[in-house]
Amino acid sequence: MADIVIDRVVKEFGSFRALQEVSLTVNDGEFVALLGPSGCGKTTLLRIIAGLETQTSGRVVIGGQDVSHLSPRKRGLAMVFQNYAVFPHMTVFENVAFGLRMQKAAAADVKRKVERAAALLHIESYLDRYPAKLSGGQRQRVAVARALAVEPAVLLMDEPLSNLDALLRLEMRTELKAVLREAGTTTIYVTHDQTEAMGLADRIAVMYGGKIDQIGSPLEIYATPATRFVGGFIGSPPMNFIKVRCSQGTARIGDAALPCPVTAESLELGLRGEDASLSADGSGLPFDVRVVEPMGSHLLLTGAIDGQLARIVAPPTAEVTAGERVGLTVDPARVTWIDSTTGRALARA
Amino acid sequence: MPARPSWIPYALIAPSVVFLAALFLVPLVQTIWLSVSAGDGLSLENYRRMAGDLNFALAVKNTFLLTLVVVPLQVVLALGMATMVTKLDKGRDLVLWVLTIPLGISDLAAGLAWLALLQNTGYLNSALYALGLIQGPTGWLSQETPVALFFAIVLAELWRATAIVLVILIAGLQLIPKEFAEAAEIFGAKPWTRFTRITLPLLKPSLQSALILRTVLAFEVFAVVYALGGRNFPVLAGEAYVWQNDNQNYGVAAAYAVLIMAISLAATAVYLRVLRTRPEQLP
Ligand SMILES: Nc1ncnc2c1ncn2[C@@H]1O[C@H](COP(=O)(O)OP(=O)(O)O)[C@@H](O)[C@H]1O
Ligand SMILES: [Mg+2]
Repeated sequence: MADIVIDRVVKEFGSFRALQEVSLTVNDGEFVALLGPSGCGKTTLLRIIAGLETQTSGRVVIGGQDVSHLSPRKRGLAMVFQNYAVFPHMTVFENVAFGLRMQKAAAADVKRKVERAAALLHIESYLDRYPAKLSGGQRQRVAVARALAVEPAVLLMDEPLSNLDALLRLEMRTELKAVLREAGTTTIYVTHDQTEAMGLADRIAVMYGGKIDQIGSPLEIYATPATRFVGGFIGSPPMNFIKVRCSQGTARIGDAALPCPVTAESLELGLRGEDASLSADGSGLPFDVRVVEPMGSHLLLTGAIDGQLARIVAPPTAEVTAGERVGLTVDPARVTWIDSTTGRALARA
Repeated sequence: MPARPSWIPYALIAPSVVFLAALFLVPLVQTIWLSVSAGDGLSLENYRRMAGDLNFALAVKNTFLLTLVVVPLQVVLALGMATMVTKLDKGRDLVLWVLTIPLGISDLAAGLAWLALLQNTGYLNSALYALGLIQGPTGWLSQETPVALFFAIVLAELWRATAIVLVILIAGLQLIPKEFAEAAEIFGAKPWTRFTRITLPLLKPSLQSALILRTVLAFEVFAVVYALGGRNFPVLAGEAYVWQNDNQNYGVAAAYAVLIMAISLAATAVYLRVLRTRPEQLP
């Protein structure tokens, strides 16, 4: 059993608060992605879980044991660093074996486990080479193999794929998912890449400005963002936000009317580009198309709704020209209403 | 990038080659020439006289003994100091500055400072006398107390020249990304293991530079020894000085100089070989 409980963790660097009361529970065997823009505190949180950094206040509990003040090596976890940190003066074999050697494992055991981890990550053929002779992708595999060789209860990864080129990243992502599923390791995976988080994680914790804005399954986070930030950060194109006035439970934009919650003074309509469709007769939300970009699988339309920038996704065969005004049909159940003053989503009806 | 004419690199290093040739190579050749010419032809007479001298064996022994004791001690001390200094959060520059003050003092001045401390009527004896540990002025630096004299020289050399090793090692430590030690710590390495398995191997290039520099300088040790012990503790560079100035025999002095150079070159070759970092093991 190795669940992770992060309990109101605060981290201050001098007067700067990098983490403000972050709480997060990761279940045994679960894969959670910490997703957020650069500088939001992901690495800091991961390093606090690892014990490489000490929290200003709060607790970290792993497998029921409070490890808040234990040194990293007593926490029973493994980590993959952003720049791999593969030891340059050791062969790939010795790198992968490092954790086992530290545990004083018997030579036969070391050999067996290193070979298994190497096979899992397809690096058997260069076990006796030095890391300098490997490509970025291969070094990445060595770093993951080193972490998996110790069969850790908890695995922490800090942007492990960010130094790879796009194609390799996609390939490694698929492989990582398969490998980690099989190992059943509790994993916290830091990334700023939403497709990586969506593709890999059981749940995603979206971080922003030292706080977790929302925790949920990829689908939940996508469909029902808890804040304006989450809506804008997840999805491509990002969610559109249209300021509207809500009177007596109805928001009017052109000749379209949408039911809206009346609890807030100023409201924004959060609308995903994929959730609007072109109406056949031009009725519905008026959308002034300015640019049409054929993306192959779809058309990306950039324009304005009620004078406010919006991006809409249309079928690849739709006949739309720039400068035209089209009507959009919107399912009221799939829109998100945001309170402009707090930036938080309003409860759904 | 357009291809550069191939002579440019040579043109660029030419000034330093000329400089080295004029101020290093010419005197070197002259010294070697001087050491092998006696009377009216080439001979090894100077070397024979050098080796036959009463003090020669002692000077060789003392020089090696001093180097073998001082250099390892300096490296160990500097490693400890460098590790501590790099761990400091605040005041690191101040501490480093204080630790490197001895580097700014000439070796003769350093020797004289230690003489003031250790001579018969020096501060050490005054303190010991005040504490009632000695009855009167006691000699530490005479021929009758060779062991005390040796340790006095070792002490002065440690004080004077450890900082150069420290500076090189600190520069080297700062080049090692902290992720390596962190990764080792995560995977269960205790502090000492991290030091021996990660830090030391990655520090090898800096250790090599520091060792070469310090060892070569240790074989040339002279001023501190001369200030503290005079000829009570003969060393190779001191003998060269005596032959040159007291005996006015430039040939034998040149033979000593060539010997010191040969020893230094040999030591450097050993370090280059033993402490080499294979290119594939560089970070
Ligand atoms: N050692 C440190 N000292 C001071 N500020 C730091 C330190 N480490 C991180 N920070 C700051 O904390 C914030 C979060 O950093 P980090 O956790 O590295 O972000 P992320 O990994 O999400 O990009 C940043 O604003 C960064 O400048
Ligand atoms: Mg980071």
